[in-house]
Amino acid sequence: MLEQLLNALLAVFLGVGACTLYYVGSNFLLDQVFADSGENSVRNSRQRAAIRPWLFLAPALLILSIYLVYPVLETLRLSFYNFGGFEFVGLKNYIWATKNPEFLQAIGNNFMWLIVVPTLSVAFGLAVAVLADKLWWGTIAKSLIFMPMAISFVGASVIWKFVYDYRGPDTDQIGSLNAFVMMFGFEPQAWITLPFWNNFFLMVILVWIQTGFAMVIFSAALRGIPEATLEAARIDGAGEIQLFFKIMIPQIMGTIMVVWTTITIIVLKVFDIVLAMTNGQWNTDVLANLMFDWMFRGGGDSGRGSIVALMILMAVIPIMFWNIRNFRKEEEAR
Amino acid sequence: MTFRKPQHLTLGRLFNHLALLVLVLLWILPTIGLLVSSFRDKDQLAYSGWWTALTTSEQNDWGRTGKAEDQIEKSGNYVISGTILEPGEKTILTFNTNFWNLSAYKSGETMILKDDSHFTLQADGKYEWVSQKPFTHKRGKRIFYVANVPPSFSLDNYREVLSSENVGQSFVNTFTVTIPATIIPIMIAAFAAYAFAWMEFPGRQFLFVCVVGLLVVPLQMSLIPLLTMYNKIGTFFGTEAKSYLGIWLAHTGFGLPLAIYLLRNYMGSLPRDIIESARIDGASHFQIFTRLVLPLSIPALASFCIFQFLWVWNDLLVALVFLGKQDNQIVLTSKLRELLGSRGDNWEILTSSAFISIVVPLLVFFALQRYFVRGLVTGSVK
Repeated sequence: MLEQLLNALLAVFLGVGACTLYYVGSNFLLDQVFADSGENSVRNSRQRAAIRPWLFLAPALLILSIYLVYPVLETLRLSFYNFGGFEFVGLKNYIWATKNPEFLQAIGNNFMWLIVVPTLSVAFGLAVAVLADKLWWGTIAKSLIFMPMAISFVGASVIWKFVYDYRGPDTDQIGSLNAFVMMFGFEPQAWITLPFWNNFFLMVILVWIQTGFAMVIFSAALRGIPEATLEAARIDGAGEIQLFFKIMIPQIMGTIMVVWTTITIIVLKVFDIVLAMTNGQWNTDVLANLMFDWMFRGGGDSGRGSIVALMILMAVIPIMFWNIRNFRKEEEAR
Repeated sequence: MTFRKPQHLTLGRLFNHLALLVLVLLWILPTIGLLVSSFRDKDQLAYSGWWTALTTSEQNDWGRTGKAEDQIEKSGNYVISGTILEPGEKTILTFNTNFWNLSAYKSGETMILKDDSHFTLQADGKYEWVSQKPFTHKRGKRIFYVANVPPSFSLDNYREVLSSENVGQSFVNTFTVTIPATIIPIMIAAFAAYAFAWMEFPGRQFLFVCVVGLLVVPLQMSLIPLLTMYNKIGTFFGTEAKSYLGIWLAHTGFGLPLAIYLLRNYMGSLPRDIIESARIDGASHFQIFTRLVLPLSIPALASFCIFQFLWVWNDLLVALVFLGKQDNQIVLTSKLRELLGSRGDNWEILTSSAFISIVVPLLVFFALQRYFVRGLVTGSVK
């Protein structure tokens, strides 16, 4: 075990060393080849200026191409090929997918996730941000609500599986939800196998994690609202509730959109929670889990797996363009 | 009039306090439940809710009396005595010889058995079994009882998962993945970010827009092609396709867009004057980057470090695809997922393993929260 950790440290050392060697070495070489002296001094300095950016960029561009750009194109290609990726089958995989009940079910569930999780996370995040800013112990409260952000999806799944634990109605419950429900005289339930509603019990986990994120961003944005604006509204007789809906929300609308889209992307990629809680059983499958399943089930089918991945990408593309447009606008404003 | 307003305010304030308190409790109780449970005795954990952890609980159990060979003769009677409780802190409430009517005899009472022998059991577990005829039984008689068990907390669950479930090894594996996968991307990203922020070259805008686009490309898109590629490379060189080197590079690739984006935004917001005056003084971009921009960017570097650390530590998908399941490669998240499948009812194992897997991120999080929040805010409010 110790040896393994030493190997990891050695890897850090070698990795950092290789990077340093590359950056220092290539820059040094550039300065030598196109030296600053001699009759070509001006031309050389122009050459250096043209080449140096690419020396800075090369490793990043190389890795991005191998790990992100090439795979996207390859996945697109594979979606037209059979399970092993060697025989062109045209649209067969696509047609198969549109008739596959698992796939349709996953899309339906993903839709519910996309509506419920961002809405609730944003709503709770806003509520906590507004409430906490007014109270002396607000910082502690925010810190505690933010904490689940540090917990892995699998860890969170264990935490919540314990909350949802089910024992027969005649014994003491050890899951807090069932104990709570029985306190009010209701029957205990096996929550994660409860048809349809079990989806929502899984969504709770992601809301629990993402609310902290929304809260932190909103808290910063709310602090950015000029005090004069709020004061003016108060003088005009606006109550706290009016202030919230008529001043604060419109003022931070841009931020709300950013948080909403960020959480939407996280929802589209959610995999760990479903895998750990149900592995898609009891009608809880989502695209990301289905993709993993098709990728490996029965030796794996790269064509069908690719189709699910493309489905996720397609859902992300509008957000991608929206991000790029926003970025362009900011750049112009700079 | 003058009295009403403050009173109204206080009510509103009270509502604020209460609402926030309820939310905070809702958010932290699940984690507290897990934490408390992980320290509880495993039998108690299986039969009572974690919220009862501090109270004394009732437990049904049974013990055996001594055999015939243990009897002694005492003034014409035959007596077997001893204790049916293991040394501990249980106290017996009621007992019987069968388990369907456990409350038949209170501790201290004497039960008369079919053969007219007298059996007395004290609260502390000491019993005395008296008969006029000699005992002949070869096996001890079973006595069922209800006992009070005081709360007991220990590190036993942790000891068990660290030794027999190999969670300790997974902990080391997770570190092995996380450290290089956090540090290597930073360096590569910092150089690229500087180029995007301060250097002139054709296609600068276009390439950076591509990076912004890659920010949201789902990881799922990369899995199949990369796995195929790794397998081919593995076969070509005759090595394992699933290796630490492979996952370090994969995490580097997946972390780069965010790293470049965050660092470029930060470096771009540094005052133009500093960089331009350094240029005029004859410093090259390489010198400006290493001597000026890098030291000034430490807050942004720290933010990204925390992001990447938490992301890699908590990742399951990449680890499942690019690492094996054998003991020397399985990371904490995969291990936890495996335990959920195989030991789904053993909450003493699940709670303590889960806590082991979340303790490091929690420490990092609470220690460096300020940098983390700063990174989040600059990363998304723009």
